[in-house]
Amino acid sequence: MIRVESISKTYATREGPLHALRDVSFHVPQGKVYGLIGLSGAGKSTALRAINLLERPESGKILLENEDLLTKNVQELRVFRQKIGMIFQHFNLLSNRTVAQNIAFPLEIAGWEKRDINERVSEVLELVRIPDKANAYPASLSGGQKQRVAIARSIANHPQVLLADEPTSALDPLIKNDILACLADLNQRLGLTIVIAAHEMKVIRRLCHEVSLFKDGQVVEELDVVDGKIAPQSDFGKLFVEEF
Amino acid sequence: MENLTAILPELWQATKETLTMLAIGLTLSGLFGGALGIFLFLWRREKLLYSPAAYFIVGGIVNIVRSFPFVILMIAVGPLARTLTGTTIGPVAASVPLAIAGIAYFARLVELSLSDVPKGVIEAAQALGASTRDIVFKVLLVEARSSLVLGFTSLSVSYLSYSAAAGIIGGGGIGDLAIRYGYYRFQTDVMLITVIGLVLFVQLVQASGSHISRKIDKR
Repeated sequence: MIRVESISKTYATREGPLHALRDVSFHVPQGKVYGLIGLSGAGKSTALRAINLLERPESGKILLENEDLLTKNVQELRVFRQKIGMIFQHFNLLSNRTVAQNIAFPLEIAGWEKRDINERVSEVLELVRIPDKANAYPASLSGGQKQRVAIARSIANHPQVLLADEPTSALDPLIKNDILACLADLNQRLGLTIVIAAHEMKVIRRLCHEVSLFKDGQVVEELDVVDGKIAPQSDFGKLFVEEF
Repeated sequence: MENLTAILPELWQATKETLTMLAIGLTLSGLFGGALGIFLFLWRREKLLYSPAAYFIVGGIVNIVRSFPFVILMIAVGPLARTLTGTTIGPVAASVPLAIAGIAYFARLVELSLSDVPKGVIEAAQALGASTRDIVFKVLLVEARSSLVLGFTSLSVSYLSYSAAAGIIGGGGIGDLAIRYGYYRFQTDVMLITVIGLVLFVQLVQASGSHISRKIDKR
């Protein structure tokens, strides 16, 4: 469903060029949860953000259902982005909008009718199990609830894929499980394809079907998750599994 | 006391003139200064309308306008005021330099307020497919609204003192009245009543601004 083909990204820093991504390729199959894992600074987050071009790679291809996003103009890219949901470590909710208005946001910009918006908002609030919070403002919610609102917002417009950038890293351990269960549930019930950048084994164990292991801006290994475990062959992979 | 009774009709007239200057100046500054502030912000952000050249040029002009002492600016734009309003005297003509100073001042206040909107929130909106227009009207202006109200309040208060200066070169208004009667004619009671009036007015403006700002802040 998503094919990332040999993308590279370099940042200019004061100490010279930083190769955030070097010739990175991976393939996310339809309906699976795909993990981009590695230590911080390994490039997994940059790779995830390249999928919807929040970070534009200098070379390579991002194929979503065989269309290369890198060849699209601004207008076309916006339409594609409306079909790619995204959630973040720090939720990034609109603080002056209520929960319901936050979830309505992507529908408004996609040009939905008001009546359809209201209906859809109630639907997704049920889906993420916070139907009673519709009129609350984000400031009054717990971290876990905020992430649920963010998830609801990201799936409201029926995206083909959900990008999750360290969605549990800012949450308490128990709440982490909660959010991981919520994502697993969406994947199973809706068949939603999810790409998740994470550095915790727990995320891999509870959620992922396949992972790419990142180190220094490169993919070291692509691995299947079997019974919640991965069996890396590389030295770095073995170390990663042991330490986390 | 007889000074005050004698001056009452003129005080009323002066109040009307001051309010006229404020209304015209604040409306123009709010609209054009607001728009300019939004562009200044967008031009500086790499993922929005990034344009260092536009930012440098327009930002430079804003700085130049802001570095003029208001009295000098007023004299400098006298010819422009004449072209636009047909005169250089009276509250409407005085609104021209007031608006120019106000636009430049408010543009910077708006730029500053928008800079406080977290980057991540703008990025999330972009990830969901928002256009720059959506980001301005549905994200930036909404998220920054309480600080924008405070900025506008501060602009209104500054305007009152600008409008007093405008009085000197024929703008009229309460400041002008205070100078002509209170200062030139040593009518201390007139001076006192106008100052008290202005103090009360500023308190009222500031209190309402702060109240509204708090009320609409859900962060």
